[in-house]
Amino acid sequence: MISARGLTKRYGGTAAVDSLSFDVQPGTVTGFLGPNGSGKSTTMRMIMGLDAPDGGQARIAGRSYRELRWPLREVGALLDARSFHPGRPARTHLAALAAAGGIPAARVGQVLAQTGLADVAGKRPGKFSLGMAQRLGIATALLGDPSVLLLDEPVNGLDPEGIRWIRTLLQSLAAEGRTVFVSSHLISEMALMADHLIVIGRGRLLADTTVAELSARSGSLEEAFFTLTDGEAQFRAREAEDVKLS
Amino acid sequence: MTAITTDSRRGAHRSGRDGRDGRDGYRFGQVARMEWIKLRSQRGAGWTLAGTAAAMIALGVLIGIHQSAHLSAAARADYDPTGNGFAGLAFGELAIGVLGVLLMTSEYSSGLIKATLAAIPNRPLLLAAKAAVFGAVTLAAGELMAFATFIAMRTSLPATVPHPGLGQPAVLRAVIMAGAYLALAGLIGLGVGTVIRHTAGAVGAMVGLLYVVPLALLALPASVADPVEKFLPMIIAENSLTAVRRVSPSLPVWAGLGMLCLYVAVLLGAGGWLLVRRDA
Repeated sequence: MISARGLTKRYGGTAAVDSLSFDVQPGTVTGFLGPNGSGKSTTMRMIMGLDAPDGGQARIAGRSYRELRWPLREVGALLDARSFHPGRPARTHLAALAAAGGIPAARVGQVLAQTGLADVAGKRPGKFSLGMAQRLGIATALLGDPSVLLLDEPVNGLDPEGIRWIRTLLQSLAAEGRTVFVSSHLISEMALMADHLIVIGRGRLLADTTVAELSARSGSLEEAFFTLTDGEAQFRAREAEDVKLS
Repeated sequence: MTAITTDSRRGAHRSGRDGRDGRDGYRFGQVARMEWIKLRSQRGAGWTLAGTAAAMIALGVLIGIHQSAHLSAAARADYDPTGNGFAGLAFGELAIGVLGVLLMTSEYSSGLIKATLAAIPNRPLLLAAKAAVFGAVTLAAGELMAFATFIAMRTSLPATVPHPGLGQPAVLRAVIMAGAYLALAGLIGLGVGTVIRHTAGAVGAMVGLLYVVPLALLALPASVADPVEKFLPMIIAENSLTAVRRVSPSLPVWAGLGMLCLYVAVLLGAGGWLLVRRDA
């Protein structure tokens, strides 16, 4: 389980993430939905301990990321399409991380096969297409057989077959009892992939509910999303107006 | 993928695996193994070491060959083929220093740093392991290069001049120090790369520290330049570490070595301090 409590990150004067609180439950795919620049990636980076929050905290199974004993065996993450050295072969990249995680070397071959990269395992990934880079990122996330997975925009750059592959994969991982937290700005994909949704806009929580419930609100998930984010925009506009008037 | 249904079962499985070696959680050993695999596969690392070795040995041979066959009384007083033979250090310090820079900055430019810190969130431990692995590899390589350079220089000397021997303590010390200097230059690079994080900026800072500051001092009067000059890495290498006959201005050998270690400690310390405080 992932939990955020009052999570806040400011850049300059503006809050990219603003007192965000939510829980991500195991056994289900939880979508993290919001317009571009709404703070999804920043939130995920704070959960991973890469960025320090200005307020609040994020916990994984009750502990901060830095307190995890074997991080790769507990949390698998895909934060960026390219989180590897372009000149280091995929197999070596995974072997280095396996060594750090105390993960058996045999696991490298398994995740390469699972992500369809076995044939290019010895090649330098600098020349990989975006879709192949995403697959290497997913292989990295799966390396430690973790019970919590965080994926930031994993379907970017994937072709329709790749998108269906990852949807099926994430749903089967959730069905095994794992916590799966996936961000996207693609509403239609979230509708297919996720059971539960956390919707944010401008760093604030807009909705924390099931896909079915949210879709029922406005007839479709897309309509519901625009109603939510539009309201946020208007709220902000009103707020700015209030400041001007006072 | 093994089908595991509940988190509690995963936990039991995990503790069993961890319990086997009696430890729980990653330690220096795991981090060092990761850094060793990364260093071995760092693009250009092998070529950098091979190129440095070639340049060091070639310059050693040139110094040996160009030694005039007859030494005047004055020339005899300054005669130090061992120290002169390590002219290639002026190239090697930058080559291995830049490799040290890249070891850190390429993690940021490629995005690998996110995967690295996801695996090892203990940032000081990560930097310590990186420095230990890189320092050990460059020390071993540096010593090999230093001994090879010395032997190449010695065999190229004209038969008519005295040949330095490794049996002379000052000579043996100079050769060992030459190898150590390459490792220390590499660690200075790693420290600079950790502080600056961007390849171009960090390489620029290395060039500045190693070459530009010494050149700039030439423009100043000796009364100002001399007391400063002897603290610069390249001057320490040439005038203190590898000089069998001490040249002025210079620090005593061990003080020079201590000064270089201080550079490394301050830069890696500052780098570690920033690494913990900055967002990745």
